[in-house]
Amino acid sequence: MKRFNAILWKEFRHVFRDSKTMLMLFGLPVIQILLFGFALSHEIKKAPILVVDQAVNASSHKIIEKFRANEQFELVNLARNIDEIKAEFFKGRIQMAVVIPVDFEASHYASEPAEIQLIADASNPNIATNLVRFAAGIIREIEREWSPQNRTSIAIRTETSMIYNPDMSSATTFVPGLIALILLLVCVLMTSVSIVREKEQGHMEVLLVSPMHPVTFVLAKATPYLALSLINLGVILAMSIWILHIPIAGSMVLLFIVSMLLILTALALGLWISTVTRTQETAMMFALLGMLLPTLLFTGFMFPIENMPVALQYFSFLVPSRWYYSMANDIMIKGLGFGAVWKEILILGGMTILLLGLSIRGFKHRLI
Amino acid sequence: MKTEPIICVDKLSRRFGDFTAVDQISFSVERGEIFGFLGANGAGKTTAIRMLTGLLRPSAGEGKVAGFDIYQETESIKKNIGYMSQAFSLYTNLTVWENIEFFAGIYGMQFRDIHQKGKVLVQQLGMENMASSLVADIPMGWRQKLAFSVAIIHQPKLVFLDEPTGGVDPITRRQFWDLIYEATSSGITAFVTTHYMDEVEYFDRVSIMVDGRIAAMDSPSGLKDIYNVRSMDEVFYQVARNQSPLS
Repeated sequence: MKRFNAILWKEFRHVFRDSKTMLMLFGLPVIQILLFGFALSHEIKKAPILVVDQAVNASSHKIIEKFRANEQFELVNLARNIDEIKAEFFKGRIQMAVVIPVDFEASHYASEPAEIQLIADASNPNIATNLVRFAAGIIREIEREWSPQNRTSIAIRTETSMIYNPDMSSATTFVPGLIALILLLVCVLMTSVSIVREKEQGHMEVLLVSPMHPVTFVLAKATPYLALSLINLGVILAMSIWILHIPIAGSMVLLFIVSMLLILTALALGLWISTVTRTQETAMMFALLGMLLPTLLFTGFMFPIENMPVALQYFSFLVPSRWYYSMANDIMIKGLGFGAVWKEILILGGMTILLLGLSIRGFKHRLI
Repeated sequence: MKTEPIICVDKLSRRFGDFTAVDQISFSVERGEIFGFLGANGAGKTTAIRMLTGLLRPSAGEGKVAGFDIYQETESIKKNIGYMSQAFSLYTNLTVWENIEFFAGIYGMQFRDIHQKGKVLVQQLGMENMASSLVADIPMGWRQKLAFSVAIIHQPKLVFLDEPTGGVDPITRRQFWDLIYEATSSGITAFVTTHYMDEVEYFDRVSIMVDGRIAAMDSPSGLKDIYNVRSMDEVFYQVARNQSPLS
């Protein structure tokens, strides 16, 4: 325990004394959250839209005028045929189409609600969601204006369809992906580099000649990064809740537990990298190329895995963040509980044990 | 009364695949001795030291260090030895005091002991005004003295010094040797490797390794007599060239 503490404090001192490390540990997550957060969920101004007016009557004209007057939209085209929609989307000229059906006028005084269809390009899900929300707001406004005060209200039903990315992957779900990315990067990079640095600078021999057990050494080396990663996790979650206003639907405790599991996997991975590399540069390359790219590509928060070739889908099974992402998504966005994520927990746990086993096996021989 | 030697090895060997790095070396080192362990790069010094410090399992042969078996009791060996390799041992982005705390800590010393011994050590070295400076900011000579003192802070019976004076000027080296003499006069044994032949004169006894074997072993003056030369430089040159004594 005394030996454990000696290493623990030394490691904390290294981290806090090195401004570059500190910046990377705490600056990186904050910058990433802000960048991703605001780049992906920017506000909407003059979004180009198309209105397909099939009714061509007084009511439909009023609706068109409303959209035209609104600052958030710019009516770039007015069509009568729905075939125009596809053509305009293909040319990339519009982000949303509003379809007013033929029977619009006829039905809006009847008992059945009138219908307006909104078609949005969901390849940028955040924008699509916002567009649809604004459009629905405008339609609600019209509803209110048209409802005479003492008579039965008029209802206009909006029917929304998202095209090009119907299940809206990555809408508000970039946060779990980002957590995975940051935790993995920081943990893998920090552990591997800090252990390899001991080798490279010749300290490892001195440490090994001391009566300290290698397992003590490894645990004490990893603990500071575990602690710092937990702080990071808290910061990221706090920022996504209070700055980006992304609600967490499920259990916070469960989210922390699965995040902790990912951190352990990452620490084990960092450890393994440190047993197979000799210089800080190689370790860094391993950690960055080996982690950053697969995490970006195969986690599912940037590119949907279901759309990839089968071989790549199988490859993604090897990427720890893929499993974490699916869990975090279930917990944060869908609000699911332990029952939905136990398989992923087992898989990540298995990976961690495997990596730890590999590291311990290669440890004594390759540590020097 | 003759005490048991601090190091005693018999036909110790280590093979890596087909390559024999250390080939049946036998020698013993007495308590309080300054024992020089010389050899060209690649002669097997490092492998031999790793076996003696319990880092590497020998392929064959027997050996005891500080009274403990080098196969079975490596943990006990580690508790009774100190180790210093060049000036690298210290962490340059920790302060003098933090380094003392750390190394005393990994040898399992109690907090109170660390505090007391550390203070005495800083005083003895005359480093009171540097205690809270980063090691990176103090001169090389001071670093080295600190590294040595830290290596023996847990009062080991035996200290391994692997090229402790690499890259240091002659005056500082001289001062450093004073420290080693002081330590050995209090009963610590020093097992030293070096590339500086003038330093060999400080040793009580010297062994020279060539191709994994101990090619020569005696006191410095004895070696000069055997090879009938005036300096250790010439002795080393002749032994390393695999020439037999002229006598």
